Amino acid sequence: MKNIDSKGHVTGKSVYLDDIPIRQNTLYAAVFDASVAHAKIKSLDLSHAKDFQGVVQIFTYKDIPGENQIGGIIPDESLFAEDEVQFQGEPVALVVAESEAIARAARRKIKVEYEELEVVTDPREAAAKGLLLLPPTTFAMGHPDKRWDACKYVFSGSTEMGGQEHLYLETQGAYCFPQENGNLMVYTSTQSPTAAQRSIARVLGTGMHNVQVDVTRLGGAFGGKEDQATAWACLAALASSKLQKPVKLVLSRHDDLRMTGKRHPYSSDFKIGLSEDLKILAYEVTYYQNGGAVNDLSPAISERTLFHTTNSYFIPDVKATIYSCKTNLPPNTAFRGFGGPQGMFVIESAIAKAAQELNIPASVIQEKNLLKEGDMFYYGQKAEQVNMRKSWDNAFRDFKIEEKKKEIEVFNNEHRFLKKGWAIMPITFGISFTATFLNQARALVHVYTDGSVGVSTGAIEMGQAVNTKMAQVASFAFGIGTSRIKLESTNTTRVANTSPTAASATADLNGQAVLIACDAIVQRMKNVAADMAGTKPEEITLKGEQVLAGGKATGISWEQLVTEAYMRRIKLSEAGHYATPELFFDKEKGKGHPFAYHVYGTAFVTAKADCLRGTYEVEDVQIIHDFGNSMNLIIDTGQVEGAVIQGIGYVTMEELAYDKTGRLLSNSLSTYKVPDIYSAPEVLVVKPLKAEGPKHAILKSKAVGEPPLMYGLGAYFAIRNAVRAFNTDFDTFDSPITPEKVLMGLYRLKK
Amino acid sequence: MITFILNHQLIQTDEPAGMVLLDFIRYKMHLMGTKAGCREGDCGACTVLEGHLENGQVRYKSIVSCLTPLGNVQGKHIVTIEGLQKDKMSPIQQSIIDNSATQCGFCTPGFVMSLTAHSLAQEASSPQKVVNAISGNICRCTGYRSIKHAAADISAVLAGKDMKNPLEWLIKEAFLPEYFRDVAGRLKKIKEQAVSTESGKPVAGGTDLYVQQPDVLAVAEIQFMNEDASLQKIEIEDGFCRIGGAVTASSIVQNEALERYFPKIKAHFKLISSEPIRNMGTVAGNIVNASPIADLTIFFLALDAVVEMQAKDGRKRDVPLRKFYTGYKQLVLQPGETIRAIRFRLPETAVFNFEKVSKRKYLDIASVNSAMLLQLKGDVVETVHLSAGGVFAWPFYAEKTAAFIRGKKLSPELVSEAAEVLLSEIAPISDIRGSKEYKSLLLRQLFLTHFTEMFPQQFTPEVLFSKIMAL
Repeated sequence: MKNIDSKGHVTGKSVYLDDIPIRQNTLYAAVFDASVAHAKIKSLDLSHAKDFQGVVQIFTYKDIPGENQIGGIIPDESLFAEDEVQFQGEPVALVVAESEAIARAARRKIKVEYEELEVVTDPREAAAKGLLLLPPTTFAMGHPDKRWDACKYVFSGSTEMGGQEHLYLETQGAYCFPQENGNLMVYTSTQSPTAAQRSIARVLGTGMHNVQVDVTRLGGAFGGKEDQATAWACLAALASSKLQKPVKLVLSRHDDLRMTGKRHPYSSDFKIGLSEDLKILAYEVTYYQNGGAVNDLSPAISERTLFHTTNSYFIPDVKATIYSCKTNLPPNTAFRGFGGPQGMFVIESAIAKAAQELNIPASVIQEKNLLKEGDMFYYGQKAEQVNMRKSWDNAFRDFKIEEKKKEIEVFNNEHRFLKKGWAIMPITFGISFTATFLNQARALVHVYTDGSVGVSTGAIEMGQAVNTKMAQVASFAFGIGTSRIKLESTNTTRVANTSPTAASATADLNGQAVLIACDAIVQRMKNVAADMAGTKPEEITLKGEQVLAGGKATGISWEQLVTEAYMRRIKLSEAGHYATPELFFDKEKGKGHPFAYHVYGTAFVTAKADCLRGTYEVEDVQIIHDFGNSMNLIIDTGQVEGAVIQGIGYVTMEELAYDKTGRLLSNSLSTYKVPDIYSAPEVLVVKPLKAEGPKHAILKSKAVGEPPLMYGLGAYFAIRNAVRAFNTDFDTFDSPITPEKVLMGLYRLKK
Repeated sequence: MITFILNHQLIQTDEPAGMVLLDFIRYKMHLMGTKAGCREGDCGACTVLEGHLENGQVRYKSIVSCLTPLGNVQGKHIVTIEGLQKDKMSPIQQSIIDNSATQCGFCTPGFVMSLTAHSLAQEASSPQKVVNAISGNICRCTGYRSIKHAAADISAVLAGKDMKNPLEWLIKEAFLPEYFRDVAGRLKKIKEQAVSTESGKPVAGGTDLYVQQPDVLAVAEIQFMNEDASLQKIEIEDGFCRIGGAVTASSIVQNEALERYFPKIKAHFKLISSEPIRNMGTVAGNIVNASPIADLTIFFLALDAVVEMQAKDGRKRDVPLRKFYTGYKQLVLQPGETIRAIRFRLPETAVFNFEKVSKRKYLDIASVNSAMLLQLKGDVVETVHLSAGGVFAWPFYAEKTAAFIRGKKLSPELVSEAAEVLLSEIAPISDIRGSKEYKSLLLRQLFLTHFTEMFPQQFTPEVLFSKIMAL
């Protein structure tokens, strides 16, 4: 089944935030943000801006009736800076005017005097100065310290990994209308309508019930609109509430790039110990996470880095520590993978380091340590339904990896200034919110008297086709075609207290809630149908829009059944509630059962380097991916493909650059490059692994949003290996591997 | 008053001529299918079709509406996604649906418009050409595999296009609605009218100016250089080529006569921005922008082009392009003076090469670019011109290196010594495009690459590097 939004998309009729028809008297807002990364605000002069023709009002923290606080996990994030700014791009004031152009022009008239304070942008420097967002966290199993002596080989090293800009094509924004009795209607481009609702209520000093948040769809998000969408909704809501006028705030691309946080950059140290037969016996890692100025989602992202420290390998003795470092950058935030890729990059680098020292391909070490059924993850969860080995073996068989390796060797012997490299990237990714309480969802299902169905959930449609999947679930439960089913916008008055659309778990959680709601209605309808057909309810099934009894046609149609049920005053609506069972995690001990299940897979990646120009191409990406029993293979394959390319961009061309003063240099699309159609690999193959899906996955169809992003890391190692085929002195682990790093690496001289 | 046809509707508007088309479409006409993604021509979400009359027929191309001032669409036909509306999906829309080549959908209207522009092109389609047509469209969701498959399907349908009567065929096959049939006639009826302000700021394609100062230009008085048809000619005569200031990169690359002298021009120009930007950006705009890495300027510097300028009072003067810059963003151009054309000797027997390396191979700004022209007499270098971008405060003409090479016998030793001279005369700085060390090394590499490209038999990388490494 195709994405139910496809026709709207190709005809330009799909509605995004900025497309909502404008109400009369709408005012437009522009954010005035800090131009320095760390300073005391000595004075703020709004007078010239206020006098600007067409300006209605300028808001600062002084105008907040409630609390100046929007921190999601930890209350350390103010909506407006008060006496001090902590990063460039931090909101200081909001200019509201008759047009966007006026608001932008007026904000240039605002004058601030700063007393500049020390700026820290480097996480290790922050850690050394004790600037931490949280106390350091350690997860461990066994004692690596006691194991090094038993290791035949011990290697240590450091890695650098840059951040990543989300570059959702639709920028952040919100549009608010005042309603009667002090209520507010809020349209906003967010993955977390409840977070927006809660924060708006907090800022306005009102109840959540007074704030209605509605989301139709997002033009991309990728984690960037999980926590970071909240501020813009609060700002628009504040102005709309105070002025009692509709207020629209849509960030320009440059404002968005400058003001919002990105994927966290990491700097890390590792130590890895192996036995003579290349079993990894011990692994120790310290992560320095660049958190930015406030916590945002950093605590949860730190945890997921720890959870994915050993990627797809079983290691008996592991110790991992993370420092979430406070720097003067915009608060770094969720991004597809959520700390996972940063953890996986270090273990893969450690293996690559060991392999290069031992002069063998990394795949030899990878293969000997793959996770097996019943192995213990070092955070205390037993590995079940493990498909790691199977995906690895299938990749070697289906993609003829041994032959490809030989071809590449021959190619490299025949060419001096063109070199190829290859890498294998296995992934193991845990599915569930690591904050256990978020693993709940609700759905509201109405069957209308004509047999059509309306479904509301807490899921946000952002391109991943979650609405299509929800329609499939309802279609499956009712035995009716999806053309009868409408997915409503996500609205906090229909489905309350939603978890963000994140953690790849949204289809699972909301899908189960839809299924529970539909099943309850179906059960009641079966009673009616049994009575109509003169049989028992257990005999009734709904299929093909018909009522079957004992598998045979009764002549009763879906529509007839609905009409009859209504006439008998049977409840044709239901709210379903689902909470993933069996989950728990003890944060103090770092042990528990945090994940409903894991997703597995193996990618084979090859790259070619032009050793004259220092450019490269990722040529071939072939993947065996564990979808479980995919409920929509076309949609799921699209998710894998998109994630892989995003992952490749992350480790190749997507280079975030801040200068020492904390100013974003990659502040436009001409300086921050994401993959275009030419940089996508010539060959991109995604083959599903044949394996039964786990029971906690919706209809046994595994979560798919985040895990495949990490296949992209294979591109880093493939390119690195191509460069090393020209010059083995290139021995750093520093992502992204830009053409600059490649050329400097190709001609790097021995230290 | 600006008059044009938007989809099927005749527009007569008094909005400022400097307002960008995107804002007019979205916020004045409330056609919301055209999306604002970046407002700097780097994402393609706002792509629309621009049709203009040529020999009685309408010729269409894709442009980005975020960088197009209203003044540039006077007398033209602009088509947005709403303008493709029919009872059924066009084969382009259908192929995107069939291949699941849309996810969040925000970029999709832009893709549809670029693909529709391709369907209107006056040449046979191929899957690769379809991909080229969407080279300016960024999708952050799909990973492009599904889009490439859609491209292949579209190309297969277009293989049946009736090249004698393409418009009727496209209407019959539901690529276009029927009203397209009448557009040529309707455009002819629109009176030519100048929307320029004589004393205004000169704007041609706008592809850089509207990135730098959109708010200023939105309300500024503008002299639209594209109004002057005399600036849009490419003339080839007596071994010389003269290219008008308002000629676009696309017009250059589509010129068959020029391709005879520059057999690799299609590959070289593919490295320069993207399809819609090449459809808009002009030669003079690229030169006066004075960006140190301006691709067209680097290209023409190595042809030792001469810039023809004209003052308001009609006085003309010529300055060699290599003497055109006097400092960072400093030009010899006087206030009131505009570039009318450039002219250069065509390389009859000389060899020419252009190189560019950027973070992303296509649709990116160079870290370093370079062009070189070499004319040999026997094995002695008779003429040589070498340019390099990203290594100096302005587009750099490597005068010392050229002087060093000229008159000498071409050999690997000469190349390696010349590389030293070249690195001694540049002054790169570290910035977002790379560290100065990288830019120096990259320029050396590209300099060597000129020789491996121009003389692949004589100069293999192995031969050149044996000398470089020995130094």
